[in-house]
Amino acid sequence: MNRETLVNLAIFLLLIAVAIIAQLTGQAFTVTLATKAAIFALAGVGLNLALGYGGLISFGHAAFFGLGGYVTGILASHASNGTPVMTLGFEIMGSNNMLVIWPVAMIVAGVAALLIGALSLRTSGVYFIMVTLAFAQMIFYFALSWSRYGGEDGLSFYVRNNFPGLNTFDPIQYFAICATLLALALIFTGIVTRSRFGLALQAARQNPQRSFAVGIRPYAIRLTAFVLSGMIVGLAGALYADLNRFVSPAMLSWHMSGEIMVFVILGGVGRICGPVAGAAIYILLEHLLGGISEYWQALLGLLLLVIVLFSPGGLIGILTGRRRHA
Amino acid sequence: MLLVAEQALNGLQYGMMLFLMAAGLTLVFGVMGLINLAHGSLYMIGAFACASVAAATGWFSLGLLASLIAAAAAGALVEMVVIRRLYARDHLDQVLATFALILVFSEGTRWVFGSFPLYLNLPPALQGAVTLPGGLQYPLFRLVIIAVGAAVAVGLWLLITRTRLGIRIRAGEADREMIAALGVDIVGLYTIVFALGAALAGLAGALVGSIQSVQVGMGEPVLILAFVVVVIGGIGSIKGALIGALLVGMTDTLGKALLPGFFANFMAESSANAVGASLASMLIYILMAMVLILRPQGLFGARA
Repeated sequence: MNRETLVNLAIFLLLIAVAIIAQLTGQAFTVTLATKAAIFALAGVGLNLALGYGGLISFGHAAFFGLGGYVTGILASHASNGTPVMTLGFEIMGSNNMLVIWPVAMIVAGVAALLIGALSLRTSGVYFIMVTLAFAQMIFYFALSWSRYGGEDGLSFYVRNNFPGLNTFDPIQYFAICATLLALALIFTGIVTRSRFGLALQAARQNPQRSFAVGIRPYAIRLTAFVLSGMIVGLAGALYADLNRFVSPAMLSWHMSGEIMVFVILGGVGRICGPVAGAAIYILLEHLLGGISEYWQALLGLLLLVIVLFSPGGLIGILTGRRRHA
Repeated sequence: MLLVAEQALNGLQYGMMLFLMAAGLTLVFGVMGLINLAHGSLYMIGAFACASVAAATGWFSLGLLASLIAAAAAGALVEMVVIRRLYARDHLDQVLATFALILVFSEGTRWVFGSFPLYLNLPPALQGAVTLPGGLQYPLFRLVIIAVGAAVAVGLWLLITRTRLGIRIRAGEADREMIAALGVDIVGLYTIVFALGAALAGLAGALVGSIQSVQVGMGEPVLILAFVVVVIGGIGSIKGALIGALLVGMTDTLGKALLPGFFANFMAESSANAVGASLASMLIYILMAMVLILRPQGLFGARA
């Protein structure tokens, strides 16, 4: 077990420990903060697959986060009204069951990622950044003007969805769900990046010409990574909607894309637990700086600047003493 | 017909304003290879500088001057303190650092000016409407914006093709090491280019702030549109920025004005309005997707 694995385990266990201690001492608010950190970490883990391992700097991942959220909101609100979501000869009903909502959210986000990725991956470099950003804006404006589901005001659904055998209203039980999914996503990332596919993806990032010469087609590999990445972020969006019991176009805004990117870079790009560390620190800073000053975002911005300028390896880079993974 | 002509002029005015933003963005990217998300913050600084100086002195022209100076100074300062360290880094670090700058600028402006929007009063000479040939009444100030945009386009073209500074900028774009070896102060040159781009953004902010309100966060939607313009036009090309900006301005304005009526031809009015409005707000992104499918490097882009 090397130092980075130890650091990874420590970060994950720390998140769990914070939630459990908060639960035992009766601080439900802190449990909710830890849940938020776990969900944002999951979104970061998803983005990290494209950004860290694939070198695909997507500035549009809020699209998948928001789509996951809207799937949850739309299915849940139709389930509580008893109205069908769609009528296509047969009726598609809403649902309150997380086990139904999650796959739908992941499929919708995955299909969107397939369409956006197929177009965006024709470009590269700074074009890719701007094109992904613009596609996310397109969906943002669509949600903004879609008055049927709340438009600008967003969509509330009052009751958190169900998970068989658990009481999702209990903060610690909902945290357990989110933390379990985060752990699964971390294990999945670990397996994928060590697989032939993951190695080909990293080869295509490091040297596209050379990987092409040995028979790897970067486009197909990158598109697959982009879709997987979008699906994980879509799942995170579904969890986030359930945490707040509310979705709004804010989940689709480019600020959200920036924040997800910050989780990844703050923690360490292309490192398994980077996004977990990044999201946890971000939520902690938001909470602490928010207590110091009304203008905490300015302090956060300054802190981010210092980190980018002086510590390119992110938090995990500092802890392990290695600036950037290969 | 008059409506279409009026909307076409609105589209032209919107396009010219987008050009001022996109020109600075693409200049900085073309010369320095830097992606600057904080460009919208410089636009906001220009608008606030214009509004506060115009309110304090009563002179709109002083406000405009202040917007140029404030944005250029902020740009030069940011370049020297932060941006300079990012040229050699990858785009990821540039995106994160300039995202952080947005947070600092937005909250800093909120701290100084508060959350309430400011309003700019136009001088009487620029208020009112003029009657154009064909009987169309059109606001004078919007015509002024179109003229300013056209003047800036010509000025930039002259600057880049006819002056020593322009030669250095183009040389720096081609080969940074070589022109540094020839004795050009490349560090100073980059600061000047960045300040120039910032001044253009500041001017756009001041002009638009005079039509709409001046508030924190006003630069962000414009920034995204400027990105769309740059992607359509091709990165690094001033000509592409101009044509892309006019295309986006026209598409957006005419789409919003005409689409609901178009759909009303074959569906109920209320749903036609809803469908037309949401399609219109997505139209420029659809335009961008189409351009990218045909030409992934943009209309006038030389390199991707």
